[in-house]
Amino acid sequence: MTAAPLLSIRDLSVDFVTPRGRVQAVREASLDVAAGECLAVVGESGSGKSQLFLACLGLLAARGTTRGSACFRGQELLGASPAALNTVRGTRIAMVFQDPMNALTPHLSIGRQLGEVLLDRGLASPQQAHERSLAALQGVGLADAEARLRQYPHELSGGQRQRVAIAMALMTRPELLIADEPTTALDVTVQAQVLQVLRRARRDGLAMVLITHDLGVVAGIADRVAIMYAGRIVEIAPVRELFAAPAHPYAAALLEAVPRLSEASVGRLRSIEGQPPAPGEIVQGCAFAPRCPDVTAICRREAPALRPGATRAVACHVPRIRPEPDS
Amino acid sequence: MSEGGLWSEAARRLRTNRAAVVAGGVLVLLVLASLLAPLASRHAIDQVDWTLSPLASPPSLANGHWFGTDSNGRDLFVRVWSGTQVSLLVAVLATLVSLAIGVAWGATAGYLGGRVDDWMMRFVDVLYALPYMFFVIILTVVFGRSLWLIFLAIGAVGWLTMARIVRGQAMALRQREFVAAAITLGLPAHRIIARHIVPNVLGTVVVYATLTVPQVILFESFLSFLGLGVQEPLTSLGRLVAEGALEMETAPWQLLVPSAVLALLLLCLNFLGDGLRDALDPRTD
Amino acid sequence: MLGYALRRLLGVVPTFLLIVAAAFFLMRAAPGGPFDAEQTLPPEIAANLQAAYGLDQPVLAQFGRYLAGLARGDLGPSFRMKDFTVAELISRGLPVTLTIGAAALTLAVLLGVPLGMLAALRRNGWVDHAVMSVALAGIAVPGFVVAPVLALVFGIRLGWLPVAGWESGSVRHMVLPVITLALPFVAYVARLTRGSLLEVLQSGYIRTARAKGLDARVVLGRHALKPTLLPVISFLGPAAAALLTGSLVVEQVFGLPGVGRYFVQGAINRDYTLVMGMVIFYAALILLLNLVVDLLYGWLDPRIRHE
Repeated sequence: MTAAPLLSIRDLSVDFVTPRGRVQAVREASLDVAAGECLAVVGESGSGKSQLFLACLGLLAARGTTRGSACFRGQELLGASPAALNTVRGTRIAMVFQDPMNALTPHLSIGRQLGEVLLDRGLASPQQAHERSLAALQGVGLADAEARLRQYPHELSGGQRQRVAIAMALMTRPELLIADEPTTALDVTVQAQVLQVLRRARRDGLAMVLITHDLGVVAGIADRVAIMYAGRIVEIAPVRELFAAPAHPYAAALLEAVPRLSEASVGRLRSIEGQPPAPGEIVQGCAFAPRCPDVTAICRREAPALRPGATRAVACHVPRIRPEPDS
Repeated sequence: MSEGGLWSEAARRLRTNRAAVVAGGVLVLLVLASLLAPLASRHAIDQVDWTLSPLASPPSLANGHWFGTDSNGRDLFVRVWSGTQVSLLVAVLATLVSLAIGVAWGATAGYLGGRVDDWMMRFVDVLYALPYMFFVIILTVVFGRSLWLIFLAIGAVGWLTMARIVRGQAMALRQREFVAAAITLGLPAHRIIARHIVPNVLGTVVVYATLTVPQVILFESFLSFLGLGVQEPLTSLGRLVAEGALEMETAPWQLLVPSAVLALLLLCLNFLGDGLRDALDPRTD
Repeated sequence: MLGYALRRLLGVVPTFLLIVAAAFFLMRAAPGGPFDAEQTLPPEIAANLQAAYGLDQPVLAQFGRYLAGLARGDLGPSFRMKDFTVAELISRGLPVTLTIGAAALTLAVLLGVPLGMLAALRRNGWVDHAVMSVALAGIAVPGFVVAPVLALVFGIRLGWLPVAGWESGSVRHMVLPVITLALPFVAYVARLTRGSLLEVLQSGYIRTARAKGLDARVVLGRHALKPTLLPVISFLGPAAAALLTGSLVVEQVFGLPGVGRYFVQGAINRDYTLVMGMVIFYAALILLLNLVVDLLYGWLDPRIRHE
């Protein structure tokens, strides 16, 4: 029996009220993040993967409402007051976002933005904060850290800003880091650097949620993967198991779509036909049914629930691999 | 999104804006009043009612002067609505002038692009930064106070914004295929601008014209208030307010009535114009 | 920063020269004006004009003389008031106009910014709708309607404040004019601040600040405030120009001996040189104010400075 999870999400739903009606961004998602592990959350744009974790941290845009539960070490996050959330945000759970160009406040120096997490809370003296900021920058591989502290965000490149953002997130030595597509906006070489930084951070026991749409990134860093489609979690499995034998047809299709250099002949790139449901669309039955090669009658009637097994969970009526029951 | 979809979407948004809808209704009433009241009333705008003593009398239903009379004994009801007519007339005509200049300028600059666009828009920027009022006042000093001058001067107020907006649209339109087709057909630039660019910007132009009208009314009232605008025997709301201000200690209604009508007119136009602009270009809410 | 300032300054000069040239040649074209050969002028005025403009010299030389005069601060003699030069009239009226204008602008910012921020933070609530509606009314209703009505209510009916007139150093005489003048600007600033704050709050860096667990007041004051104020600061340039226009009305209605009043009187009396001179003065003032605003902007946003 494993230890109690760090973050426990149960039946979390996120709705948005728009002039055109209600939009369900996340539908009854449930997952756990264990201490020290790296969970990758994979899905297309609009699958709800970002909204799920924004909801946990109370960072949803104004028109969003949440239902369900998100428990961090026993403390309920959903619906908590901003003051209560602030005891967790930034200190015990940190988050890094997708677009580094806009992630840092333009009129404050890097040093100021790094230091305020500690100074505001009285966690360090100005001298200590300065030293820890230097160390944090060096820890993410930024040269000339002393000079960087005095610079402003616009003087740094995208990759540098993302590394500053990560350094900023790690300043307080949090237990969990949520990284929302941290490398999407960067070019490939910089991507590798940032992933290296993230890997190094894990060595100290940092748990991580890595939100991404790139399976290649997943392979390099994650322990487990959760796959989301149209706001639902459709499969959760250890990385090796998933890559070897995906259970959900969508997961299988995703893996098939990844072009492999090892293939002798490059035929047509395989893509999944059709489109995911539009944000406001009401879905009857399984959301993937219209595009699923294994679809049956029950798929169109009833939405499958996430069935947990020993090592993996699948939400499918006709999974390719039945998860072994939890003994 | 199709053109039809864009407009019906905007219309829907406008309908839900209660302030704008109410403002629109009141505006229609005001316009009707300004057109019908002078016809319906038995008084003329410069007819003195000698039966009153003193000549300036407060509003009363009994003696038939619903808004009272001014210090010369002239019926204020008729004067106020005639003045409203003049203000509206000047506003509409001047807006048409600013439309004509603005659309021509903006479409040309936006379509031609490059250095021509640069210089044309820099001219607009310079004018934008300066207080237009002062130049109009110089013009009235130098060239006298003819009504035509006023139309031109006031029309010249609104064309700057119009030019900017049309230029933006024209630049976007320039990229579209039908323009490229027209170019390959060998049409000269002025034909393309006239036949293809201008008709496609008219939609936005109409909306911003609605916003220009209150600006123009304000401008004309301001000039009239200072004594530099509409001259006798015509009157406008601005003049009436100015005349009323002089008498406000003894005959406050002379100030309050035209002020109320002018304020109401401007409020309605602004609320409506604001609503129109929001409907067409809502900021993410 | 210095480079930025110098570049801005250089940009202003051609615009100013253009205005001066326009005013100068317009004045020469005016029928019935000082240069109209058919005019018969009273000898004192004719003598003044001759001395000031050197009318027997070629046009460009006259223009040069005018420019040189401007550099010395000499704007020529008044056409109607033979004992005064334009510069003298301006220096008499300027303190009054500047005091009222500065007070109005300060009031506009001190009142408008908090109101706008409040509206943004309580977006779509009744506070928001109330503030925005009142603001729209403040913009729509012109000063020359508000001024007499305020004078009527507070001056005549209630007797709390003087209706007109000016006493140097008297605050009571300033209240109604400043409020009238400030009203539309409070409204503009409130609307601008609201829109700006709403936009800033959607930014990525605000989300980062929140994710860092910073207190809401810190996020607002340290991270959101400066970017929110940038459009407001930009607005101050055109606002100053509009303030000068507004002061024409306010000075007229409340009988304040400011520059605007002289200007309007000059326009009504067809005092060409006065009107021309004042326009040039106003233009210079506005260009200067826009320059100050630009510099302030550069100081607030480090990205602009480094351009």
